[in-house]
Amino acid sequence: MSAVSQQSQVVDNIQAARSAPLLVRLGRHFRRYGALWLMVLPTLIFVGLFAYVPMYGLRLAFYNFDPAKGLMGGTFAGMKYFNQFFKSGMFVNILTNTLRISLWTLVMGFIAPIILALLINQIASTKIKSFVQTVTYMPHFISTVVIVSMINIFLAPNTGMIGRLFPNTNLLAKADLFTPIYWITEVWQHMGWNCIIYLAALSSVDLALYEAAKIDGAGRLQLIRYVDIPTILPTVGIMLIMNMGSVLNVGFEKVFLMQNSMNLSASEVISTYTYRIGILGNQFSYSTAIGLFNTVVNFFFLVLANFISKRASDTSIF
Amino acid sequence: MTSAATNPSPAPKVSSADIPFNPKVHQKKTVSDWIVDIVIWTVLALTVAAIIYPIWFVIIASVSNQTMVNQGKVSILPVGMSFGGYAKVFADSRIWVGYRNTIVYSVLGTALNMLVTIPAAFALSRREFKPRRVILFLLTFTMFFSGGLIPSYLLYKQLGLLDSMWVFILPGAVSVWNLIIARSFFESSIPEDLHDAAQIDGLGYFGYFLKIVLPLSSAILAVLALYYFVGHWNDFFTGLVYIRDNDKLPLQNVLRSILLANQTGMTGQNSGGMDLIQQRDFANQIKYGVIIVSTLPLLVIYPFLQKYFNKGVMIGAVKG
Repeated sequence: MSAVSQQSQVVDNIQAARSAPLLVRLGRHFRRYGALWLMVLPTLIFVGLFAYVPMYGLRLAFYNFDPAKGLMGGTFAGMKYFNQFFKSGMFVNILTNTLRISLWTLVMGFIAPIILALLINQIASTKIKSFVQTVTYMPHFISTVVIVSMINIFLAPNTGMIGRLFPNTNLLAKADLFTPIYWITEVWQHMGWNCIIYLAALSSVDLALYEAAKIDGAGRLQLIRYVDIPTILPTVGIMLIMNMGSVLNVGFEKVFLMQNSMNLSASEVISTYTYRIGILGNQFSYSTAIGLFNTVVNFFFLVLANFISKRASDTSIF
Repeated sequence: MTSAATNPSPAPKVSSADIPFNPKVHQKKTVSDWIVDIVIWTVLALTVAAIIYPIWFVIIASVSNQTMVNQGKVSILPVGMSFGGYAKVFADSRIWVGYRNTIVYSVLGTALNMLVTIPAAFALSRREFKPRRVILFLLTFTMFFSGGLIPSYLLYKQLGLLDSMWVFILPGAVSVWNLIIARSFFESSIPEDLHDAAQIDGLGYFGYFLKIVLPLSSAILAVLALYYFVGHWNDFFTGLVYIRDNDKLPLQNVLRSILLANQTGMTGQNSGGMDLIQQRDFANQIKYGVIIVSTLPLLVIYPFLQKYFNKGVMIGAVKG
């Protein structure tokens, strides 16, 4: 009896709290969570200013840039700058370059860490395992400038360690070698680091699974095929979605640093082109339009991959 | 950790062949297992060699006689020790200016990163804080959708950040990715009981955060500080786009211009009485030296922080 009345008392209190005027409720909220709001406030300011204000600035893609007014103002231009981009001779060239470089890097950079993780997971000795990990993570921390200068040194015609093997050819000047050089070095640099996440997933395998499989007569390869691979599959799904969101995002720094006048036909990508015509050429509206096109395509692929993955395997990031 | 099947309390007699295969326990192998083993070890050994050799080569080449290097006579150990490259590198004032700038930007930048990111990550880890869903969505959205280069450039221009050291520090104050890693850590690794106990003791959110949560979070703090620091140290883009004043360029941009200058020197005309070969050799040695000098600080701290990496990335893998 008393429990029931107590309960109805609580319900009444909750209802009273809910029906209190908005200002009173807000006041109560801030009195209780004021400290949390203070902690999150700097982040909100920085993200608002440096991420959302530029997002608002995307309107420039539809307006003629007015130097006096900056991000605001300018006369309406409609789709003018997009049409200019789609009709320009560069469009097909830089779009195929971007896709070629990014797809090669995505596919190879995606497979390599998975294989490496499966291999490292087979090492029984913790010492050797951590040695292999230490070595393979290391290049991840080397700067792009240094990586590219290492590429230049190793491939230098006649003197470089690899360049020497191809007398009288300059590997760095061959346009059709740009993509392979790019993705191979990319895999070299990030393979070890990117496999950590799979190693983490693999370390959670229930050892009883191995035993059960072994009793069923599974050999070592079958253990990988039927225990290890299914274990990392959800992680693989998440990583695939995240990667899909950057189909048109080829890292600016590395492409820019690897570019030279001889390989430009294969190495001009959207981000370097935006830099060239925007920052160096001062065509702000045109450059913003290209950037927006890039972002929208990426976003589309991210949503698409997320949708497919949700349908296929119940794995999604949102 | 031993497997459940190897230590049941009334242990039945088990011969070694009956113990199921477990990659973490040594046991008898079949022929096909040996073959698989050999393949695995070969591939791993080749991978490790392929990763470590280029780095090792740059180190030995930087202290070798460049004629030998160019003729391919340097492979495992330095030949004809010579430190001329380093002498030249350290005599170049641009390197020192770049070094100083990068240290200032990296230290201040990382300090601000941590001050902004960690409290926010804590606030967003509190489940009773209802607005966190919306805030997290707004933050995550910026990871996949951004204004892009030109709007940012124009904004920085209006804010007076162009050609200012603050452009290295303020715009990148929060990395949403790092914030999510820290939030997942607070959510999953700090027991909720601690919060209840702290409340009973009369600690508010600030007290709980400073006195209880932070001391328990040194691993994640170390990982995030490292991520941020490496990001600042290796940043080339900011200097390229937003800085015109040579005295404010960070190390990476200085490095690039030294490397480029020496590249054109390779094909350019003779200067200073050196013949072309000599000049090229000299330029090469500067390159090796400059690479080592700029990468050394990271390679030195690397082994000390390595143990935290797995932990940091694993936490990042927890779905947000």
